[in-house]
Amino acid sequence: MLIGKVVGSVVATRKDEKLGHQKLLLVQVHDHTNKPKEQYVVAIDAVGSGPGDMVLYATGSSARQTTITEGRPCDAVIMAVVDSWDLGGDNVYEKWKS
Amino acid sequence: MHLARVVGRLVATQQYEGLRGVPLQLIQPIDDDGADSGDVLVACAAISSGPGDFVQWIDGREAALACPESFVPVDAAIIGWVEQAIAHHQRLG
Repeated sequence: MLIGKVVGSVVATRKDEKLGHQKLLLVQVHDHTNKPKEQYVVAIDAVGSGPGDMVLYATGSSARQTTITEGRPCDAVIMAVVDSWDLGGDNVYEKWKS
Repeated sequence: MHLARVVGRLVATQQYEGLRGVPLQLIQPIDDDGADSGDVLVACAAISSGPGDFVQWIDGREAALACPESFVPVDAAIIGWVEQAIAHHQRLG
């Protein structure tokens, strides 16, 4: 899985009907030192995350392994909202501080 | 399957329900020269690995099969420790 920050949402009324009415969020990829990268992904939200949240998202066919994205043309799903992570013991990101 | 070193841990209380109790760890993939190769990513730990461990991991949909519940959105999982790895007559890790 990769780390990203939800920076926006995507609205598309005309889209493949198999996508259904799932929330599409725009995620900017962050690297492990919490530096934003110029890389964005549109992912279906499966855990109730929103703009400003640091999240984890899974890609590829693993993204279809949730009750929300099963059988949908989806290759990226947000499956966790990050509280904190550390590298070698030093916290890099803490949700309560950001 | 690939080689990696565990470099950190990640906490996410709000996550997909099938993943409760599954540790999430940051891993740095390693190539056959033992050097870091590629970006650090987050994997589910199917074993009790920890930071500093030299491990073997799997990506793609099969990673979910290493988790307690297999119908989960997981695309990377740590599935074993590496006690010894030799490539080009050199010991890795």
